[in-house]
Amino acid sequence: MEKRCDGRKQDELRPMKAKVGVIPRADGSAMFQIGNTIAYAAVYGPRELFPKFMQNPERGVLRCAYNMMPFSGHGERVRPGGSRRAKEISVLTEKALMPVLNLAEYPNSVVDVFVELPQTDAGTRCAGICAASMALADAGFEMKDLVCSLSMGILNGEMITDVNGHEDCVLETTDVPMAYIPSMDKFSLLQLDGDASKEQLQELLKKGKERCMEIYAVMQKALKEKYKVE
Amino acid sequence: MTEELKIKDREIAVPGEVLAEGLGYLPSKGIQRVNDKLVAQRLGMINVEGKVIKLVPLTGTYLPKVGDRIVAKVIDILMTGWRVDTRSPYSAVLSMKDATADFIQKGADLTQYFALGDYLVTRIINVTSQKLIDITMRGPGLRGLKGGRILEVNSNKVPRIIGKEGSMVMMIKHATGCNIIVGQNGWIWISGEPEKEMLTEKTLKMIEGHSHLSGLTDKVKEFLEKETGQKIDLAAIQPAPEETGTQEYQERPQFRERRPFNDRRQSFRR
Amino acid sequence: MEKEHILKSLKTGVRYDGRKLLEFRTVMVEQGVSGSAEGSARVKIGETDVFVGVKMAVEKPYPDTPEKGNLMVNSELRPIANPAFEAGPPGDQSIEIARVVDRGLRESKAIKAESLCIIPKEKVWSVMIDICPLNDAGNLLDAAALGAIAALKNTKYPQLLEDNTVNWEIKTDKKISIANEPIEITVIKIGEFMLVDPTPEEEAFVDARLTVAVSKDGTIHALQKGGETPLSAEEIDKMIAIVQDKSKELRKFIK
Repeated sequence: MEKRCDGRKQDELRPMKAKVGVIPRADGSAMFQIGNTIAYAAVYGPRELFPKFMQNPERGVLRCAYNMMPFSGHGERVRPGGSRRAKEISVLTEKALMPVLNLAEYPNSVVDVFVELPQTDAGTRCAGICAASMALADAGFEMKDLVCSLSMGILNGEMITDVNGHEDCVLETTDVPMAYIPSMDKFSLLQLDGDASKEQLQELLKKGKERCMEIYAVMQKALKEKYKVE
Repeated sequence: MTEELKIKDREIAVPGEVLAEGLGYLPSKGIQRVNDKLVAQRLGMINVEGKVIKLVPLTGTYLPKVGDRIVAKVIDILMTGWRVDTRSPYSAVLSMKDATADFIQKGADLTQYFALGDYLVTRIINVTSQKLIDITMRGPGLRGLKGGRILEVNSNKVPRIIGKEGSMVMMIKHATGCNIIVGQNGWIWISGEPEKEMLTEKTLKMIEGHSHLSGLTDKVKEFLEKETGQKIDLAAIQPAPEETGTQEYQERPQFRERRPFNDRRQSFRR
Repeated sequence: MEKEHILKSLKTGVRYDGRKLLEFRTVMVEQGVSGSAEGSARVKIGETDVFVGVKMAVEKPYPDTPEKGNLMVNSELRPIANPAFEAGPPGDQSIEIARVVDRGLRESKAIKAESLCIIPKEKVWSVMIDICPLNDAGNLLDAAALGAIAALKNTKYPQLLEDNTVNWEIKTDKKISIANEPIEITVIKIGEFMLVDPTPEEEAFVDARLTVAVSKDGTIHALQKGGETPLSAEEIDKMIAIVQDKSKELRKFIK
């Protein structure tokens, strides 16, 4: 297949950038950028959870909120205020991160994760999960591993890595966002919209794992860099 | 079985990172054995001591422990005591009987003792499984704080700030002449001349930022000597494993000044 | 921290964080930070971090101004910046920031409203500014106002198609014409002292504050008094003088 619309090969990720500790007020924070999608994540907690009826006496509760800034989209301005899409992604982000977290030491408390995006070009929920993962590690939580996430796709029958905005919205790409936990070798997020056969999906998962390890390396490096000796 | 250490001493580990392979190495808090690998479970600095791998957390919220001396802030006045913020997800209760050795009349105005927003030096005496916390102020060095400023530092850095047997904090006290009380929860009370308070704050922030580096004590000594223009004689500074000052004890009479019941008690005794 | 402690420090001419009374923290302005927006800026004052984005759209003009474009300023204080903010409809602080920044831009006629006209009475450009703080370390208003004018200076028209619909994917090279650059600074009063650029600890003890928007020649375009303590005419005069002087410093950050 010829090169993709932005010149990448099928299995090439967009260039990535990651930085930890970008929001001083938060207990943990990180920025993750892939291509033209930039996500900021801040963690506040563990802290007391109100209303009380939502408290879990056995362990802390994770609460995620995903939001795109009104000027971050490709088209017209998006009116602020939660959309149904944002709510869905917030819940998905939470489910993607929960398997690695151990919040048993914080009963009746809540850990809030806020994800904001100033610029988007597809793969936003994935960038959000990566940023949130680093932010949780930065905040000192006990985690079995980091969670890495990206969007794989099928375009004209070919598997492509890291779907960009043009491929997602204009060309008819089957979009498959996934989140992978390397140490467990399991997926904590998986969605699909388009057409795919069972075999194609298995191939996407296999390729996705390999590419995720590249993202994993970037995330690890960003966490360590915060403490580099000057 | 290959035994391999995958990380060096004083390196930073991230969650999920494999620190060692083989059963020869022993994990400690923050590290788990998964099959025959030792895996870091949180962000921290690695210390390799022989066959034991330790993980020193660099970040993370304070979790109240029995016996800890903390600086707490009054957030609510209750019927028989006060509720305080411990800088953790859990507030603590200071009951009247644990607040002072003096007798407090039932129905007394508790704000005469500690009002909303007051900072107190307290000790944790009980933590239940549901994280209900009891604290006391009866004990040496425990009291209410007036004036000064409160500095917030990462609670994980408190041991570094106190130093071995209190040596680091004593050095700073000596150099700046400030009164310093370090809470295990990362709230530090500083009181002195405004410029000296700022110097203390700067020094503490410096320790917080560089706690994972070696030679910190010397760096701090150099910094203080430069800023104050006075040499520091480490030998002259007495180590203080527990910051009990009889000076602080003597200041307790301020309770008596506020209490209106003193006279009544005197007559009762007679 | 108690108020007496802050006042004690102020009496010696130094704030508790070592700054002089009229000293700003380090200011950083970066323009063009969001590729998807028509114009954008990121302002950092100390640790306060604010993103400001500008989007444009074609809409009907207001009936009383058939040949002028529209300006709208919106501010969203989200919990990522300060856990005390709640997600949901804008609260009082959010609304005040949006309206004060709006007034500064509108009254100073920063944008030549007539230049935004496409077809009189039918189609005009609407300029929509969104203020999104990322970290609240005090003085959000000044950071937001600085970000707004920095973002506007950086704003380019999106492509206008023949049928007067917009294609946002293609940005033209045409910048919107900025006629005036208002700078807004808030002067706060604690006790008898006047300060600029408060930190959150200082903001808790503000007795009165005055936000002033001035243009390059010192003309005042907007005023907003806040806080519970009233101000005398002399005090107001002093505060305006402070802003006129300090605005020269901040103006250097906008290209």
